[in-house]
Amino acid sequence: MNQETVSAMKEKARAVRLGIIDALGVDKRGHLGGSMSCADIVAALYFHKMRHDPKNRFMADRDRFIMSKGHSVLAQYAALAEAGYFPRETLLKTKTLGSILQGHPERETPGVEANTGSLGQGLSIGVGMALAGRLDKLNYRTWVVLGDGELAEGQVWEAVTAAAAFKLDNLTAIVDMNGIQAVGRTCDRYNLGNIRGKFDAFGWKTFEIDGHDMAQVLQALDDASEVRGAPSAIIAGTVKGKGVSFAENTPAYHNNLLTKEQQEAARREIMAM
Amino acid sequence: MLMNLRAAYGEALLALAGENKNVVALDADLCGSTQSVVVEKNYPERYFEMGIGEQNMISVAAGLALTGKIPFAHSFSVFATGRPFDQIRQSVCLPNLNVKIVGSSCGLSDFGDGATHQSFEDLATMRVLPHMTVLCPADGIEVKWAVRAAAAIDGPVYIRLNRNDLPVLFDEKTSFEIGKPLVVKEGNDVALVCTGTMTSIALDAAALLEQQGISARVVHLGTIKPLCGKSLREALGNVRGIVSCEEHTIYGGLGSAVAEALCEAPLPMKMVGIQDRYGQSAVCYEELLECYGLTKEAVAKAAEALLKK
Repeated sequence: MNQETVSAMKEKARAVRLGIIDALGVDKRGHLGGSMSCADIVAALYFHKMRHDPKNRFMADRDRFIMSKGHSVLAQYAALAEAGYFPRETLLKTKTLGSILQGHPERETPGVEANTGSLGQGLSIGVGMALAGRLDKLNYRTWVVLGDGELAEGQVWEAVTAAAAFKLDNLTAIVDMNGIQAVGRTCDRYNLGNIRGKFDAFGWKTFEIDGHDMAQVLQALDDASEVRGAPSAIIAGTVKGKGVSFAENTPAYHNNLLTKEQQEAARREIMAM
Repeated sequence: MLMNLRAAYGEALLALAGENKNVVALDADLCGSTQSVVVEKNYPERYFEMGIGEQNMISVAAGLALTGKIPFAHSFSVFATGRPFDQIRQSVCLPNLNVKIVGSSCGLSDFGDGATHQSFEDLATMRVLPHMTVLCPADGIEVKWAVRAAAAIDGPVYIRLNRNDLPVLFDEKTSFEIGKPLVVKEGNDVALVCTGTMTSIALDAAALLEQQGISARVVHLGTIKPLCGKSLREALGNVRGIVSCEEHTIYGGLGSAVAEALCEAPLPMKMVGIQDRYGQSAVCYEELLECYGLTKEAVAKAAEALLKK
């Protein structure tokens, strides 16, 4: 992987993380942990891998991005603002009355492709988009980011079997495996066992990476795009709250607020990453 | 004359798919019964077998709609609306997507299969969802109209279909319209406001009432939602009371919708419907309708009692 690209994407990931802090604001409860854990993946998709254009956002062959773990939408909002879908200042209005930036993804937001937030539905929506792409002979790819806690939803596995049955090689699932769900560690609360093994067993082509190693992230996105005859899954090991030391690996920051002092500390740490 | 509603649906869906290449069909292993098999046979690339997984099917339909398709998602009404209620709410109705949900074998019409396969709650659960249009045709002619009307709406529609042969009530000239009550028989004393299979039963009840000197008006509501109070009020004429008739629980269905629509200027009302019960198996449809009080006699009796008050 080209070092310049890796460095450039690391900067984009920094911008995404700073945007998450903006969107979270001060003394407002918000989903910091899961947004930070997928920030590198989201940055790599929006600024390197996906074909998309904020000036032509409904172009038929754009790649589709679905944040199935909808509570982590702050990362997507930050990326969309950075890409120019709406002004960066809009992030400050996140989760306020009448804002285009709701607590979970809605299509009213420029750049958001589907409503998600009730966990477990995004991969199915992605299957529908991938089926339509094949029917229309358009070569776009649908990327769906899921949480590891979300995988407890049975519908995810209905979608996994459907994507395999239809051999949807234009669909990639990315599991942001940060290991923590709302109440505690996923392995303690509801242990799903071997995630990669499950996708493998269902006939997906799987890749396992460090979701914060940008070179690995970029390589995995490329590798997934090359898979033919089967859907692909990237199992990305991540750290919940990555970049903000007091929030890292702390279930309390699944959905929590930052004080003014914490916000400033978080910004300093992100700048130093 | 009788017409099978499933057959009428299949015919209409096939014609629609022939005219509009964006129409796609999904089914959860019931395509032979729901008749979505007509799409599989004639346009196999536009048919998606989703296996026995209704939740995934509805969200996949949402994804198809998000890319410009007009998906018709099929199952028995109890499975099409009950199992994936959250998917219908979150993936489809909240974003106002162009997904058509076709619930076949509604009410008691799957008489043999019993309680698990009979659906009395679907009108209630579908009509509470913002953006949703709810259609409940009374005969094969109206089924054919409903398929076209649903496709013409840019948003979610639920079509509730009976699986059996039902009397033909309408003809090609009937002017169906979304939300418009149809006066299928004039009358001045009492209005039998009905939907689905109960419309032909209400017509029979009106004939019984005529023999006793009671003039019964029959108002068919092929659209459960949207329901305009003003149009309903006009369709009722000068009747002194209403009997609502539905093959559905009396909680939250047609009767409730009518009562809500008229609540600012109410009329005395009785509800004929299923009384907070589940279904059961029987050897024929008529036997079940009688067991659950959905007969012309029961409707006539309710009308008489209402007028005696």
